[in-house]
Amino acid sequence: MAFDSKDTAAFKGVWVFCEQREGVIMSTSYQLLSEGRKLANDLGVELCGVVLGKDIKEDYLKALGGYGADKVYYCNHELLDVYTTDAYTKVICDLVEDKKPEIFLIGATNIGRDLGPRCAARLHTGLTADCTHLDVDVAKYKEFLKTTSTIDVDNTVFEENTNLKMTRPAFGGHLMATIICPRFRPQMSTVRPGVMQTQPYDEAGAAKTVIENVNVALSKDDIHVDVIEVKKAAKKLVDLIGADVVVSVGRGISKDVEGGIKLAEELAGVLGGVVGSSRACVDAGWITADHQVGQTGKTVHPRIYVALGISGAIQHLAGMQDSECIIAVNKNESAPIFDVASYGICGDLYKVTPMLIEAIRAAKAAK
Amino acid sequence: MKCIVCVKQVPDTSGVVAVKEDGTMDRAAMATITNHDDLAAVEAALRIKDATGCKVVVISMGPAPAEGMLRELLAMGCDEAVLVSAREFGGSDTYATSQILAAAIKKVGVEDDDIVFCGRQAIDGDTAQVGPQIAEKLHLPQVSYVAEIAVEGKSVTVKRLLEDGYMTIKVQTPCLLTCVKELNDARYMSVGGIMECYQKPLEIYNYETLKDDPLIDVDTIGLKGSPTNVYKSFSPPVKGAGMMMEGADKATVDKLVSILNDKHII
Amino acid sequence: MDLHLSKEQEMLRKMYRDFAENEVKPLAEWVDENEAFPEETVKKMAKLGMMGIYFPKEYGGAGADVLSYVMAVEEMSKVCGTTGVIISAHTSLCCAPIYENGTEEQKQKYLPKLCSGEWIGAFGLTEPGAGTDAQGQQTTAVKNENGDWVLNGSKIFITNAGYANVFVIFAITNILTDKRGRKKKEISAFIVERTDPGFSVGKHEKKMGIKGSSTCELIMEDCTIPADRLLGKQGKGFGIAMKTLDGGRIGIASQALGLAEGAIEETIKYTKERVQFGRRISQFQNTQFQLADMYAKTEAAKWLVYSAAMKKQNHEPYTMDAAMAKLHAAEVASDVTRRCVQLFGGYGYTREYPVERMMRDAKITEIYEGTSEVQRMVIAANLGIN
Repeated sequence: MAFDSKDTAAFKGVWVFCEQREGVIMSTSYQLLSEGRKLANDLGVELCGVVLGKDIKEDYLKALGGYGADKVYYCNHELLDVYTTDAYTKVICDLVEDKKPEIFLIGATNIGRDLGPRCAARLHTGLTADCTHLDVDVAKYKEFLKTTSTIDVDNTVFEENTNLKMTRPAFGGHLMATIICPRFRPQMSTVRPGVMQTQPYDEAGAAKTVIENVNVALSKDDIHVDVIEVKKAAKKLVDLIGADVVVSVGRGISKDVEGGIKLAEELAGVLGGVVGSSRACVDAGWITADHQVGQTGKTVHPRIYVALGISGAIQHLAGMQDSECIIAVNKNESAPIFDVASYGICGDLYKVTPMLIEAIRAAKAAK
Repeated sequence: MKCIVCVKQVPDTSGVVAVKEDGTMDRAAMATITNHDDLAAVEAALRIKDATGCKVVVISMGPAPAEGMLRELLAMGCDEAVLVSAREFGGSDTYATSQILAAAIKKVGVEDDDIVFCGRQAIDGDTAQVGPQIAEKLHLPQVSYVAEIAVEGKSVTVKRLLEDGYMTIKVQTPCLLTCVKELNDARYMSVGGIMECYQKPLEIYNYETLKDDPLIDVDTIGLKGSPTNVYKSFSPPVKGAGMMMEGADKATVDKLVSILNDKHII
Repeated sequence: MDLHLSKEQEMLRKMYRDFAENEVKPLAEWVDENEAFPEETVKKMAKLGMMGIYFPKEYGGAGADVLSYVMAVEEMSKVCGTTGVIISAHTSLCCAPIYENGTEEQKQKYLPKLCSGEWIGAFGLTEPGAGTDAQGQQTTAVKNENGDWVLNGSKIFITNAGYANVFVIFAITNILTDKRGRKKKEISAFIVERTDPGFSVGKHEKKMGIKGSSTCELIMEDCTIPADRLLGKQGKGFGIAMKTLDGGRIGIASQALGLAEGAIEETIKYTKERVQFGRRISQFQNTQFQLADMYAKTEAAKWLVYSAAMKKQNHEPYTMDAAMAKLHAAEVASDVTRRCVQLFGGYGYTREYPVERMMRDAKITEIYEGTSEVQRMVIAANLGIN
């Protein structure tokens, strides 16, 4: 029977695209499986992982079961070793057309965000990008809204359905939207990496997961690009404006400049950000000018801004006060930085920062 | 050879973001800018023009005021502009938008040695979906996240960004590339370009212009043709006043990190 | 009377603003501290057509109008007075006299290179003994046996001198005796190239403001140039100089206007952030009244400047308009920048903030291309008060 994305009743099951790079499944995939497990449970359906690669071993794929997959489809092919839009789209779409999952989750990595829309366009279905929250159950969705929105949930009417409710931020988080795809299947979503929690590994699940090799029809003629090389980047220049997280240092590092910068670098490393600074540090020659945040430096609005030993002179605040979450550490309780900070700790940055690094590292490891 | 560049006019979210009472963006109250990634795509096309003398056509889908943006792109050196604008196109999600833009690009005409450019994503939606979806509708090979471009005849070699590195990819024209803003620094409009931009061709494609294309169907365009709908839209709770943590020891730090963790900030 | 900008002018304003904000402002402090001529900025401006804004395309210009040029000087000066005067001196004092007085050959030879910014232009009238009194010239030009002109003398305070390739130079070509037997100097204009034999650029002045503007002495020692470098007719130099300065004054008035506007912008921003006595200083009525006064004066200056520019564009007489625009804008700039420093308080006196630089930059607009006193003389003369 021909594939018809409008025949919603014909679709069943939750799928997760488990992206591998250099043969290693990416951690995002485990986060998505954990999330997908909840959705599958709410719907009473199977959760399947889909893996495309070259020499994927079945033993290795057992781990997917440990994070919730009932079933794993995998395809090994010379042309699936390194990602190409053409090859991956063909294999995924063929598989979707054959097996008809109702929900299909893809990690919103640079590759997932290339693959997702191409597949959705070919399958003629909707795709919601960069989701941060997923629900099928309305009651659970309402619970979610109670803590994360200004909506008066109890006095609002919600249409009852088991459509996938895909919540995502828009305009840099100024607005949130919950999107549904009621008329077409599969309901596709790319999910922002790092947002969903990975559930503890379950040995029993790993043991009972069903692993199925899928043969693919793929030839060189299907692929219209040549990947010449894949390269890991060397250290790049500071991109303050584009940075998601900025950890800045100020005059407070004067006691031990090198040590202070090192702590900031380490914290930035843990948070996936870059190091900024106040003007004082640049003028003192402690750090290069490309790090400077403020009126005469760069204006930034990252998701997280950490100010270490920055008093918060008005010209510095002008460059960072629109950051989504500001965390300030300063010895002086009346430092103006605390007026704009979301969270402030009055203390010695040389003592607080190492603890912060350790705690964040631990929290990340737990995910 | 020519370059066709898809461009979107977006609210400037670097300034004040105006939100209406119902939780939707008050676009009318905000300044508009050309989407950053799209500007990088325009600059990439103009550099190819500088090197080869090819033509650059910019296409934007949006309401009538988007003409102002298109004039600015003409003042930067683009040769022709197309504004895709019709009530029937309103409310389109990314799927429907790419149907319409693909039809518009077909109308402009994609020849053997042409390159279609898009920005990677728009700052209002951040979806990064329209480019790849247009490519699929036009049956063109695509490369997204492009951060470097070298054109040699019909062969295009690009650097495609990964989170921790990059791929070097070779693709033949016609193809579609989505560009990241890091690709280049877009040029300014020039004085001479501004003086000429109102004499350059700017065509409006409305529903009538595109309706004969099989991609344009009431079931695939506009609000009704969009596979995805908004179920609810809402504002996150207002950022409360800052919270001063008690103490500065391990317990304090752990408490802070657990708050950050619960709020998905880290 | 249409007080609205055209669509193109609105677009130009936006472009100038973006350019000033991103390319000029970040360098302004460095330019001032290091007395550095912003060569790279000039190259960037040239690429965008900003070194020949109102000249026709056939001579390499951008084909816009005088008001579009004025807005460029204004917008650059909002963030950097040095950058503003570089465009102004180049355009009004070198490109303009060549365009208005040059032969077709001279225009074809010089304007495309000047408009494209490949060459920078300057203007040499002032001498140690001839500032406001232009008749006090000492530099001479004498025809030699080959028919070439040989120039001797020196010029001082020449804007752009250190980086200019082309100079419009004034020199005495004859001493005439009028009917009553009084001796009068006959002045002629010449185009001198930097590479001409006997021409050199001398001492660089240390200035109070517009520090990045290259202000130097020009020295001509048997500087020999071909006959076809005479600009306009022999003996018409004084008229060319005065007419050129009329145009130049619009440029300087725009610079002054920009400095005042820039200082007001900075001050509004600062007063909304700075807290004293538990309130933002913008909440104090003194701040509000001061800024309201400054803004009103500056807007008045703007319309004087724009109207002079439109008259020049329409080939109407504009000598008096240019004089009024410069007189008023320069005095507004000095007053406004000084008051802005006061509103900034101690911070305003530091180099942490740009207003002290703007105050130093503003002072020169009351002095060069005709002091405020000269502008008053011009206005009074035009009113027939003598």
